[in-house]
Amino acid sequence: MNTDSGMTHGINFEHLQRERTRLNIDSEEIALTVKDLDLFYGNSQALKNISIKIPRNRVTAFIGPSGCGKSTLLRCFNRMNDLIDSVRTEGSIELHGQNIFDKSVNVADLRRRVGMVFQKPNPFPKSIYENVAYGLRIQGIKNRRVLDEAVEKAIKGAALWDEVKDRLHESAMGMSGGQQQRLVIARSIAIEPEVLLLDEPASALDPISTLKIEELIYELKSDYTIVIVTHNMQQAARVSDYTAFMYMGDLVEFADTNTIFTNPHMKQTEDYITGRYG
Amino acid sequence: MIKQWIKSGNPWIWMTAGAVSVSLLMVVGVLGLVTIKGLVYFWPNDVVEISYQTQTSGQQKLVGEIYDEELVPTTRIREAGSEIETDEEFVTRYLLKTGNRDVNGADFRWVLADKFIDRNKPQELVVIERREWGNLYGRLQAVKQDGNIVAEGDQAWQFFQQSIARVVGIYKQIRDLEKGDIGAINYGLEELRLEERRLELEGVSTAEASASVEKDRQALKSEYAVLEKQLAELYTKMQRDSYVMEVMDGKQVEQSVSKVVRAFQPNDMSLVEKLGHYGEKLWEFVSDDPREANTEGGIFPTIFGTILMVMIMSVLVTPMGVIAAVYLREYAKQGPLTRTIRIAVNNLAGVPSIVYGVFGLGFFVYFLGGSIDELFFPEALPAPTFGTGGIMWASLTLALMTLPVVIVSTEEGLSRVPRAIREGSMALGATKAETLWRTVLPMSSPAMMTGLILAVARAAGEVAPLMLVGVVKLAPSMPLDMNAPFLHLERKFMHLGFHIYDVGFQSPNIEAARPLVYATALLLVLVIIVLNLAAITIRNHLREKYRSLEH
Repeated sequence: MNTDSGMTHGINFEHLQRERTRLNIDSEEIALTVKDLDLFYGNSQALKNISIKIPRNRVTAFIGPSGCGKSTLLRCFNRMNDLIDSVRTEGSIELHGQNIFDKSVNVADLRRRVGMVFQKPNPFPKSIYENVAYGLRIQGIKNRRVLDEAVEKAIKGAALWDEVKDRLHESAMGMSGGQQQRLVIARSIAIEPEVLLLDEPASALDPISTLKIEELIYELKSDYTIVIVTHNMQQAARVSDYTAFMYMGDLVEFADTNTIFTNPHMKQTEDYITGRYG
Repeated sequence: MIKQWIKSGNPWIWMTAGAVSVSLLMVVGVLGLVTIKGLVYFWPNDVVEISYQTQTSGQQKLVGEIYDEELVPTTRIREAGSEIETDEEFVTRYLLKTGNRDVNGADFRWVLADKFIDRNKPQELVVIERREWGNLYGRLQAVKQDGNIVAEGDQAWQFFQQSIARVVGIYKQIRDLEKGDIGAINYGLEELRLEERRLELEGVSTAEASASVEKDRQALKSEYAVLEKQLAELYTKMQRDSYVMEVMDGKQVEQSVSKVVRAFQPNDMSLVEKLGHYGEKLWEFVSDDPREANTEGGIFPTIFGTILMVMIMSVLVTPMGVIAAVYLREYAKQGPLTRTIRIAVNNLAGVPSIVYGVFGLGFFVYFLGGSIDELFFPEALPAPTFGTGGIMWASLTLALMTLPVVIVSTEEGLSRVPRAIREGSMALGATKAETLWRTVLPMSSPAMMTGLILAVARAAGEVAPLMLVGVVKLAPSMPLDMNAPFLHLERKFMHLGFHIYDVGFQSPNIEAARPLVYATALLLVLVIIVLNLAAITIRNHLREKYRSLEH
């Protein structure tokens, strides 16, 4: 990777670095506020008393060794953990001031507001168009023109338009893995969520596709609050504004990315980042 | 050496390959036997004329088709009272189809090859297929019109064919009239009778209403009178011609042409003519109604009944099975109870089919059907409407029998839909029901089709339970016709499987019907294959469409 020029696959990292120096969590508008969150799988505790504030229109990365609970935490934000019978949560998560665990919250509505992209691309066995239109159709939108426009906008937003504009009605299963993952992102942003959760979105992809996804994340930042879980520290360093380091269900350290990667306060964080374990 | 050979795994390969070969051979054998025996039936056999030495009356001329040939021990023939001059231990005997049941009393006759004096195939021998009494073999002498001879000798054949063509045309008119117009009138009259009875039962029978019914009835009756007159005319027209045949032992027989289906001279036919005849017979077999206690003619009603029953069954079993599977797999809390239910469902598949027949008779026919009759068709009582076997109950019984297969394979399909797809859908704000409806169910549709294929394969060939809940030897009318409401679910129906049993083992003329058994069996196999192929095509199409996440 050519770091001397400061440009890697379209992202101006020097600019990014400069931008980051001005970051301060206290001056950010907060999208998600996690307070004293405990999560149990049956009897074993997976998240221990987590409190964190996710800033709006920024990219927040969760890093940490396998099994540290970062994906579990991510899946709390759209209550995906509800699908697992044995999971029990305590504490609260507020999305713009409203507790998402509140009884009055409609889970389907919440998930419309908090979109999610998974580790492995999971397009539906339908056409590209229908994949992107899926969420809109769920909302009951039938007007062909509205759908066409939204689909085009979402696919363009996911930087996929030029590649698929001539085969919108072909099966999504025929696309490459990287294209499928961008399609899944297009599918998520088609319903215009407020928050976009990315669960290791590039771990199943080749390097080129990974770079494309990273570029995309950088571009999506202006419209969405993005939370990304990643194993890849370089990736976290490249794409995120804030980074949280988790270990064994604990949130060890949370700060802006520059601080975490250059001057971590905690010994554990430093050890992990320098590759001494994890 | 041997040790090494065993170690190499070769014997294992031979053994497994052998097992496959044996299975394959059995399948090919079954299909081959049924196909050959079934298809031969329609071929016009040569008719032989045999001069035969009989015990009592000296020489006799026999005419007929040779049906079968076998070796029998000479001692057995002697014990049976036949004198036979041979040193051989075995003698050949032939089964001769001599036909002329109305003249001789029997269709078939065993003859000993040793007693043949002469045997040839005269070209002028005629086979006449009739609507009653089976085939007639002999020589055509003359054709008569209104009792007067119009053609004799060589000319007779041509006149005879013309006369047959005319009669067949009239016969068709008569049948159309009887089944179509008169059938509709009878149906209407029955409806009127029921209407009247209903009014009576409900106690709202006013003079006005009964007058209206009476008026309708008179209209139908006058219509009927016209048709009846037409019919009588046609019958008289049909009786015009008759023919004179010289049969086997020189006897002269005069019969009406009206009973003739077709006449041909097999010994005089070229290969092309024989092929034509073959095709004609084959078409008659699949498209016509049965004649003569099912031993002649076609089997169209049975094909129709089988397919219709399987379709109604499919329509009933698929939704039931799919809904049950969705609940078991998607909504029910997985635990000891669901496990028990699953075991019970699996075991239901192993219950002997006749048990389902008994259940169908007891529950559907007597209980459900009886209740329906009391509630909705009291005017027809004591004659049952739904309280007797019918295509509806037969389909429902088979649907119940095949339900486990559909449940099991649908469950399998549901469990194969990746978690990632479900989560992907939920993450877009779809509820569980929406996810099921829009993604999971379409994706498991190939598995549902697999279930349906297995269900169809089992149901189409099932006979035992049907005998209790609605199959009959000869149904007077089909379950689908031109009288509203067109589909008559309460009617009894005919079924290929039962037909095989009936024709082969319950008919008065078993020997004649035996080839028909093979032909019907072949058709049953074909029907099942076609039904399955249709389902498999749909499934493969669906599979292609919903191929998921396997890159």
